[in-house]
Amino acid sequence: MEETIQFKLNGKQTKLNVDGERKLLWVLRTDLETTGPKYGCGEGICGACTVLIDGTAARSCQTSVKEVNGRYVVTIEGLAANGSLHPLQKAFMKHDGFQCGYCTSGMILTAYSFLKQVPHATHDQIIEGMEDNLCRCGAHKRIVAAVQEAAKEMEGAM
Amino acid sequence: MKIQNENFKTRNSDIPTTDLLMPDLETANNNFNFQLDRRQFMKLAGSGVFLFFTIGDLPLFGQQEGRGVRRNLPNDFNAFLRIGEDGRVSLYTGKIEMGQGVYTSLGQMLAEELDVPLGSVDMVMGDTDLCPWDMGTFGSMSTRFFGPPLRMAGAKARQVMLELASEHLNTPVEKLTVENSVVFEKSNKNNRVSYAELAKGKKIEREPKGPVSLKKPSEFKIIGKSFARRDGEEKVTGKAKYAGDIQIPGMVYAKILRPPAHGAKLLDVDVSEAKKVSGVQVVQDGDFVAVLHKYPDVAEMALSKIKAKFDSPKTGIDDKTIFDHLLKSADEGRTAAHDGDLQTGEKESKFVFDETYLNDYVAHAPIEPHTAVVHLEGDKATVWASTQTPFSAKEEAARKLGISPDNVRVITPFVGGGFGAKSRNGQVEEAARIAKLSGKPVQLAWTREEEFFFDTYRPAAIVKIKSGITENGRMNLWDYKVYYAGERGAEQFYTIPNHRTTAYGGNAHPFATGPWRAPANNTNTFARESQIEIMAAKAGTDPLEFRLKHLRDEKMKRVLKAAAEKFGWKPAKGPSGRGYGIACGLDAGATVATMAEVAVDKATGEVQVKRVVCAQDMGLVINPEGATIQIEGCITMGLGYALSEGLHFKDGKILDTNFDTYELPRFSWLPKIDTVLIEDRESDPQGGGEPAIITMGGVIANAIFDATGARLFHLPMTPERILDAMKSARG
Repeated sequence: MEETIQFKLNGKQTKLNVDGERKLLWVLRTDLETTGPKYGCGEGICGACTVLIDGTAARSCQTSVKEVNGRYVVTIEGLAANGSLHPLQKAFMKHDGFQCGYCTSGMILTAYSFLKQVPHATHDQIIEGMEDNLCRCGAHKRIVAAVQEAAKEMEGAM
Repeated sequence: MKIQNENFKTRNSDIPTTDLLMPDLETANNNFNFQLDRRQFMKLAGSGVFLFFTIGDLPLFGQQEGRGVRRNLPNDFNAFLRIGEDGRVSLYTGKIEMGQGVYTSLGQMLAEELDVPLGSVDMVMGDTDLCPWDMGTFGSMSTRFFGPPLRMAGAKARQVMLELASEHLNTPVEKLTVENSVVFEKSNKNNRVSYAELAKGKKIEREPKGPVSLKKPSEFKIIGKSFARRDGEEKVTGKAKYAGDIQIPGMVYAKILRPPAHGAKLLDVDVSEAKKVSGVQVVQDGDFVAVLHKYPDVAEMALSKIKAKFDSPKTGIDDKTIFDHLLKSADEGRTAAHDGDLQTGEKESKFVFDETYLNDYVAHAPIEPHTAVVHLEGDKATVWASTQTPFSAKEEAARKLGISPDNVRVITPFVGGGFGAKSRNGQVEEAARIAKLSGKPVQLAWTREEEFFFDTYRPAAIVKIKSGITENGRMNLWDYKVYYAGERGAEQFYTIPNHRTTAYGGNAHPFATGPWRAPANNTNTFARESQIEIMAAKAGTDPLEFRLKHLRDEKMKRVLKAAAEKFGWKPAKGPSGRGYGIACGLDAGATVATMAEVAVDKATGEVQVKRVVCAQDMGLVINPEGATIQIEGCITMGLGYALSEGLHFKDGKILDTNFDTYELPRFSWLPKIDTVLIEDRESDPQGGGEPAIITMGGVIANAIFDATGARLFHLPMTPERILDAMKSARG
């Protein structure tokens, strides 16, 4: 059923007429040409499609677009503020926290959401927080190092 | 591959060579199938200084691994280098970036020899219109075989720029030098001209007149230094484009009707309900049925409305019976190595060990599924594909589109993981077929279920080893038979007087198989290194000492000792209860030794790998950080085939359809990883993307034995199999 859905996407108000049952992932990637969130499994298992909804990580392949009506959606494209990369993005670059890069936007946004909840995360807490995001290249060690460094950087800033 | 062109044969020796310019342009134009000659290229690429170079008879290396249709090597050049009037250097290569980091390391090699900042090198990769033919990106070959001629091309380009500068500055070449893209007189730095100025407004194609030599390792400023990956910013901001991110006006997304099992036949299909979905187009060509819509999710929903009946075969083959089936269907085998006399070896052995090792089918499972966009306009087409073999994709798309390959351009954006899977381009063929049927630009991205179904799995394989040791604990017999895995890594490298290695193949897999990161070597190293430790344990010798006692290969000894030192190895005979394991091997020119410590939960059979130390000699290391990352990736990915990854199937039906039942390594599996790179700056660079993964099955199997006394003979070593093995060990 087509309905009007309005939400804020990466700082901009967005309004579209769309079947509200459609998944956010596909509406973002096609209608809104925001391709940072990736398809990996379609069942919410891998985390490549992760976005922030009101600051909390969510699997956009499992989220109906009507669920974000009136809310704030941030994808990887919207994480840098005023042209300056987020500490997580800088740390992922510094530590080479990726290889093929396909899971990276999901990793960074999951880490963002997690660090907001657990600002002084220990190594083990980071592992736990990232557990449900899959990386096939085996960049895990680097991702953990990046999240650890960003956690320090972000202390107090959030 | 049959070499049809005699020119090619004579101009390319066994060693990859560099060949800057062929004086005879006619030769290039006569080159069958290869349309892009240098004149066309220069027209496309604009002004600047151009160099063309070849990489020798590289295709021969890929030949044995049987990667299907291959085009012959263009006979004059297969990479370009351009120095533009903005001073930027562009390298045009058919290689692709799928996470392995060549985007950075190839740039380093070029920047070093050409004396330009790494940041001024642009990589143009995997575009079949701009880049010359390349057989594909696999086999840890980019740095090994493409690297040396690339460096030579950089050195020649530097000499060309020196000569141009000499004319410009009216100063003899001998008095000039280069730093950071600026040529200047050694004794008068003000007498200078930049590469950019030299390239300005010109189209120069030229060969150096003076002698050219590569830099010595002591002169390196960029090679051997760690650089963060150059694709970082694009990848952390979402700007990096993958094939699925390509959208063109009027494009539709396709979903294809799939059989429930391999070998299933379509009996009946009713697409009427799917057609009723607004905006949907259904295309049909025999059994091939695809649903198109401007949104992929709507296409998928419409696809689910198709009613189809299939006849699925009952083969009786599943993931348990497969090994008997494969053994029954094996061919007569091929002896890969043989020395001494096996009967004598057996007679003189006090203990003989006859063991069988198995491994299940393993999926590649890149997180980005196979994806392609095909845009057919008249008799020309543009294809964007997630592929490791863009030039094969070009041929394949052309065949399905019914047009000449010369009219097809394949562009390879970033590839979201390959590991061998994307050497095959089934999605390109399907997307091309749909583009032709529908007349629309089409994007096809396989679903995760399709990715599992159509993967070219690492083959299920069997290794049978009969080995023996003498009374004083020396290996004296080694009769090694590998079935279906392949020969890479099959030949043992220990000192065993009586040995034979035989490789058996056959055509009995119930679905497609193909190269998987370090093909064959994971299977072979698991079997060999397990068998070695069985003998070491029987001999009552520490497994490190046992290996060293039987090794002549100095590199192997050195990596073993380096790993032992980092690990803090203390000799003990196995099983020591500590949960320590060792495995070593050779792959892609590199020598690798790995040690691991595991903890096994004896109640549940769960394994936690606590730490892994890997020492690797890979010759000259271009980017130590990049090499280290590849080793870490190998170790982390290798945990999967060692502990959890084995495909479940029955009667051609693939039972694993997603990551819920097919488990990839997760963050909580991550061991502490230490890497030791053995520097050998005087040697050529060797492979880096694969070698360290080969030891992961063996090192964990040996560590589990050391922890529990239970020997695992079947990969993956799931908790169930570990509990079974512990039960057998208790007798």
